[in-house]
Amino acid sequence: MNIEALQIFWPFSLFVIMLFIIGIYCISITFNLIRALLGVEILIKAVTLLIIVAGFISGRTALAQAVVISLIVVEAVSITVAVGIVLGIHGHNNSLDARKILDTDK
Amino acid sequence: MLSLLITIPFFSILVFNMPFFGYLRRAITVWAYVLFCAQIALAIRLFSPVFLNDFISRGHLFNFNIALDNLSLIVILSSAIVLFVTLIISTYVIDSEKKRFNFVNLLLFAQSGLNGLALSRDMFSLYIFLEIVAITSYILIVFNKDIKALSAAFKYVILSTVASVLMVSSIALILLLSGDTKFSVIHTVISGQPTNFLIMFSVALFVCAAFIKAGVVPFHGWLPEVYSHSPAAVSVLFAGIISKALGIYTLMRVVNDVFGTNAKLNSALLFVGIVSIAVGALAALVQKDFKRMLGFSSISQIGYIILGLGCGSPLGFAGAAFHIFNHAIFKSLLFVNSAAIESRTRTTRMENLGGLSRVMPITGLTSVFGFVSAAGLPPLAGFWSKLLIVLALVVSGHLVYAILAIVLSALTLAYLLSMQRMVFFGKLNERFSGIKEADFGFSLSSIILAAIIIFTGLFYPFVLGKFILPLAGVFK
Amino acid sequence: MNLNIAILIILLMAALWATMTRSLLRAAIALALMSLVLTVIMFRLNSSLAAVFELSVCAGLIPVLFVSTISLTHPLTKEEVLQHMKDRIRRFWYLPFIIVAAGIALSLITVKLNIKLPPPEAVKSARAVLWNERPLYLAGQIIILLIGAFSVVILFKESGKDEH
Repeated sequence: MNIEALQIFWPFSLFVIMLFIIGIYCISITFNLIRALLGVEILIKAVTLLIIVAGFISGRTALAQAVVISLIVVEAVSITVAVGIVLGIHGHNNSLDARKILDTDK
Repeated sequence: MLSLLITIPFFSILVFNMPFFGYLRRAITVWAYVLFCAQIALAIRLFSPVFLNDFISRGHLFNFNIALDNLSLIVILSSAIVLFVTLIISTYVIDSEKKRFNFVNLLLFAQSGLNGLALSRDMFSLYIFLEIVAITSYILIVFNKDIKALSAAFKYVILSTVASVLMVSSIALILLLSGDTKFSVIHTVISGQPTNFLIMFSVALFVCAAFIKAGVVPFHGWLPEVYSHSPAAVSVLFAGIISKALGIYTLMRVVNDVFGTNAKLNSALLFVGIVSIAVGALAALVQKDFKRMLGFSSISQIGYIILGLGCGSPLGFAGAAFHIFNHAIFKSLLFVNSAAIESRTRTTRMENLGGLSRVMPITGLTSVFGFVSAAGLPPLAGFWSKLLIVLALVVSGHLVYAILAIVLSALTLAYLLSMQRMVFFGKLNERFSGIKEADFGFSLSSIILAAIIIFTGLFYPFVLGKFILPLAGVFK
Repeated sequence: MNLNIAILIILLMAALWATMTRSLLRAAIALALMSLVLTVIMFRLNSSLAAVFELSVCAGLIPVLFVSTISLTHPLTKEEVLQHMKDRIRRFWYLPFIIVAAGIALSLITVKLNIKLPPPEAVKSARAVLWNERPLYLAGQIIILLIGAFSVVILFKESGKDEH
């Protein structure tokens, strides 16, 4: 049981780690605010995959599905609020370039 | 019965937003005051001298997995006091009636989320209520929609969502190893195999996520800007309860109930705590903006709480929890005074202000109480909690950290004294000679908060017996 | 097992395409594609209820949100677009190589993971778990949905366009 669980777990977790790297890279390198939100979305997809894999291996698919459903609801509302903030920024500046906006502190 | 703490604010929002109750809208502020005062009274009443007070709510229809113990009561009490003060101030800071209605609704959401966060005994419902409070705080920061608040809020949203992702991945790894998300089940599994690599990795992920949410060095990038650019009432709420409940209370609850104390985690906590105090204090010395300096001061005080937690003894735990309450009170007092000054003089840069205690005597006097408590001078409340933390450090053998904590406390006194001198004492700027004392609401909340500080400081034996010793009993 | 790895490689390529493409609309479409592949994975791992949720929300609602906000914000002018493209390629071109290198390096590490799995229990349905055992998750979700409705009312007022 242990070897088989490891065999399933290790490739999935490898891809989860790589998705994490892509997501963090996307957030830190980009200058566009909407692409930063896209990086956040990639991170949340990675975590959803991790939860489903953990639920499958330990046999608790029902609990994992309950967690994923709640996570999807939280993610949708977070993205809505973030999009509202982005539209507010655009209403002020007419541009979405992070270099022009985020140096507002003297 | 405990779930009423979560559901009553939520149902009152539903009731007040129904389309046919339009005439009731003005009554929502009164109802919110009633709820907050009722929560304060309930929290004070429920503190029990018996050491472990833990009753689970077993409803007939739903069985929520919630329980109440003294650490949750500290969070419930502090959040009720800070929400009450925020509600008083918001009448002067927010102009239109409609926006005030939205603001009170958001405060009720925050109350429901904070109560749920304090009461939950399940890892994932802890996360859900944490996200409720976090999303409400995103909306509150951008309530006035000016560009500085929007950009600070965007940076905070990105960092906070990354922290949430780390927290959920930690929960996923724990689910893999233990098969459940309840605290009791996970605790037995983790104490059974403490040196498993996956368990240590998930503990590290969770602790990093809590540090980002709390604003501890090196993840403190979002904190000064959010504190200085958000509206005045929201700064009070943020500094008073939100950054502490989301980050530090979650950390204390999970380290106490789930992970258990181990030596490596404690030494990491001590190191991060002392670095946080140092960086916060040194950066606060050179700030020119009042609210930004208070933000760095918050980073410094949260370092004290983490130091208390890292001792690994009941004394340190009780000192840390008591410091959560003290910090909520004195930091809210300082932010209320800054809101009062801002409402009269329209600026927060300290070099432009000066000599304000001549025209705003109540604000100046209460600010003195606030900063004496923040610096940890006897006989006010801050001294006792810092004394508990330093004593716990000495008793558990970390003498170097104790000496550093005392030295940095002197630094805290230095920058707060310079703030007080620049803003309140000294020569009165001619521009401000005609301003009057702040509005009644500001003065009332300052006086209430200062009275709480004086009471907690002077009647310390009573506070020790009723509040602090039961807290020490929570520690496992 | 090989089919799983093939589907995961498609997921990774969709994520790379979402990060590196120059047009934001194509990035939103790549996000929807990622959600679709994740739904397929979830169906294969016996989680059908969560897969349907993921399909309807994350492959339907969220790309619509992204596309509507992209179309509400003004596009750049022509020379800004060209400059932007050159800039992007310079910054992003080495991401696929980093990912491949990280993948090879990570697969060569053999960490001694002794996973002691929890004891198996009776198979339940997700519906039963959510309603009977964890109703607090449902309460939290209801509160969050109401906060989302409030945020739409508060934040989207001045834009002049109503989100759903």
